[in-house]
Amino acid sequence: MTPREQRIFGFAVFAAFAVIVLVLPQFISDFRARDYAYVGIYLIALLGLNILTGYTGQISLGHGAFMAIGGYTTAILMAGNEQFGGPIPSGMQDIWTLPIAGLVAGLFGLAFGLPALRLSGLYLALATFAIAVAMPSTVKRFEEHTGGGQGIQLFGLPELTGSNAVAPADPNAPATFEVLGLTFTQNDWMYYLAWSIALAAFAGAWLILRGRTGRAFRAVRDSETAAVSSGVSLARYKTLAFGISAAYAGVAGGLFAIASAFVNPDTFPIALSIFLLVGIVVGGLGGLSGLVVGAIFVAFLPLWAQGQDLGSVLPDSVIQGDTVSIPILGDFLFKGTSAPGGPAIVYGIVLILLMFVLPNGVGGLFRRVGQAITNRRYSRSK
Amino acid sequence: MALLEVRDVTLRFGGIVALDGVSFDVEEGQISGLIGPNGAGKTTAFNVITRLYKPDSGEVLLDGSSILKAPAHKIVGKGVARTFQNIQLFRTMSVLENVLVGAHGRGRRIGPDDAYEVLDVVGLRERALFPAAALPYGIQKRVELARALVAKPRLLLLDEPAGGLNHEEVYELGEFIRKIRDDFELTVLLVEHHMNLVMRISDDVNVLSFGRKIASGPPARVRADPAVIEAYLGADDEHDDDEPSPNGTPQVSDTVSDTEREDEA
Repeated sequence: MTPREQRIFGFAVFAAFAVIVLVLPQFISDFRARDYAYVGIYLIALLGLNILTGYTGQISLGHGAFMAIGGYTTAILMAGNEQFGGPIPSGMQDIWTLPIAGLVAGLFGLAFGLPALRLSGLYLALATFAIAVAMPSTVKRFEEHTGGGQGIQLFGLPELTGSNAVAPADPNAPATFEVLGLTFTQNDWMYYLAWSIALAAFAGAWLILRGRTGRAFRAVRDSETAAVSSGVSLARYKTLAFGISAAYAGVAGGLFAIASAFVNPDTFPIALSIFLLVGIVVGGLGGLSGLVVGAIFVAFLPLWAQGQDLGSVLPDSVIQGDTVSIPILGDFLFKGTSAPGGPAIVYGIVLILLMFVLPNGVGGLFRRVGQAITNRRYSRSK
Repeated sequence: MALLEVRDVTLRFGGIVALDGVSFDVEEGQISGLIGPNGAGKTTAFNVITRLYKPDSGEVLLDGSSILKAPAHKIVGKGVARTFQNIQLFRTMSVLENVLVGAHGRGRRIGPDDAYEVLDVVGLRERALFPAAALPYGIQKRVELARALVAKPRLLLLDEPAGGLNHEEVYELGEFIRKIRDDFELTVLLVEHHMNLVMRISDDVNVLSFGRKIASGPPARVRADPAVIEAYLGADDEHDDDEPSPNGTPQVSDTVSDTEREDEA
C-alpha cells in the first residue's frame, strides 16, 4: 500500500471502530458499560505510554504515578481540599478538570524527563519505577492537600456529572439524567465520556506521530547517533515524549478518578504501572491500533482470570484439594489458602502464551495481515 | 581560507590518546581523503568534527568560526552531514522516512518532494517505500548517503563508503562522489580503506597513524612518502590490494594463498 492508500484505509478502520464504539452500549448491559469505560481510560494511558516507550524507546515503569497525578488533580479540583486544610475550594465540574489534569501531569512529565535524559535502558526503567514506588507515600505525606490515606470521596458530589440522576418509574431500571438533551444512565455517560476522549486522544496521537515529530521520536529510538547527526535534538524530543506521554496518563488518571468516584493512594498502585507496560507490549510497541486490544487485555484479563476455575486450567496432580501446591512457587504464592493466587497464575500463563504466539503484540499481527492482503492484491493485479 | 580547519585536536579515552595534536585543512570544493591504518583515529576525527565527541584540546573551525560550542544536533544545520562506517539507518522506517529525518534540521517545510529529489540522485526512488532494514548492504549505504545529502550540506563526511562494494561498484562510486560534489557544490572529506579510490578522486590526502598526522599533500606525494609506506607496511600491507597491476594480473600471490588455504581445509 502506498502511504496515501494506508491513510485512507486507516481512516476507514477508524470510522468503523468509532461506529462500533457508538453502538456498543446497545448490546451490553448497563453494568458492563462501565467496564468498557475503563477500557477507554486504559487506552488513553496506553497511547501515551506507547508514544514514550514504543515510539521514542524510553521505557517507563512509572506511568501509574502520572495517572495518580492526573487523578488527584481532578479529585482536588472537584471536591476541593479545604476539608483537609488545603487552599483549594471545591466546585469545578468533573469534565473541565480533565484538561488541567493532563496539563499538570504533563508538566510533571517534562520535569521528570530532564533528569531522565541522562539515563537509558534498565537505569531509566529503575528511575521511573522509583516514582511509582514513591507516589503512595508522597500522597500520604501531603495529607492536607490529598486527604492522606483516607483519600477523596467524589461520590454524590454535585460536581460529578450524573449525580443528580433521577430514578425512573420502573424500580429495576437504572437512574437517568440529561446532558445536552440526551438521556444517559450513569454508566453509559461514563462510557461515552471515556470513549469520546479516547478516540480524540487516538486521533491526536496519530497526528503527532505521523509527521516530523513522530519521525524524530522513532529516529531517537532507532539510532541516537544518526538522529543527532540528522539534526534531531535528543534532549528536546525525549523530554517532549515524556511530557506528552505524562499528559495522556494524566487525562486517563482524571477519568479514572471520575469513573471510580473516589481516589486514594491505592487507586494507583505500583502494579498499575506494570499493567500499563504489559498493555503496550500486548498491543504492540510502536503502533496505535493494537493498543485497543492492549486496553481490553489490561481491563478484562484480571476479571476474566478471577472467574476461572483453577482446576480446569492446571492438571490434577498440581492441585491437591483446594490448595495449589507447586514446588517452591506454591509455597511462596499459595501457602495455606484456597488458591487465591489463581487469577494471577492464569494471568501469567495467558501473558506468556500471548508473547509466544504474538511476539510483536497485536499490532504486529495487524501489520502482518495488512501486508498479506496487500501482497495478494498486488500479485493478482499483475 | 579553508572551509574546514582542524587545529591541534587532542582527544583521549582514558589512557589512550585517540587523536594527538591533529591538524588539517579541507579546502572548499575539494575532495579530501583521510586515510590511515585501522585504529589510526579517522572515525574519531569524524566524530569530533560532528561534535559526537568533544576534544580535550584544540579547535575545529568551519568557515573560520568554531563549531565546538554548538550542540551535536546543530552541526548539520551548520552544513556538515555525514555517513557512518557501521551503517546507522533508522531500521524500522522506510527509505523515504529515513531521508525525511535527514532533512529534520531544515525545518518543517521540507517534504517528500525534496526527499524524492535526493532519492533520484542515488537511484532509489523505486525503493522509497521499502523498509530500510530489509535492503541489501550496498543499497543501505546509498540510503545513508541520500539522508546526508537531503540536509543540503556544504561539507559531506563519508566514512568508508566503498566498504563491501566490488571492484566495478567502487569505480562507479568514485565517479558518483565527484558528480555529487559538482552537482551539490559540496566539499567532501572521505575516510576510506580503499586506497585506489582515495588516490584517484582526492585532491588532497591526510594520513593518520596512531592518532597523529604523519603526512599530507596531493595523492602522488603522499603515496610515495616513506612514513606512510612504513605505517601501512607495519599495520597491514593491503593498501594497494585493489589496484590492478600494470600487466593485468593483480594479486597473484593472494589468489594462490587463498587456494592453498582452501586445500588445507
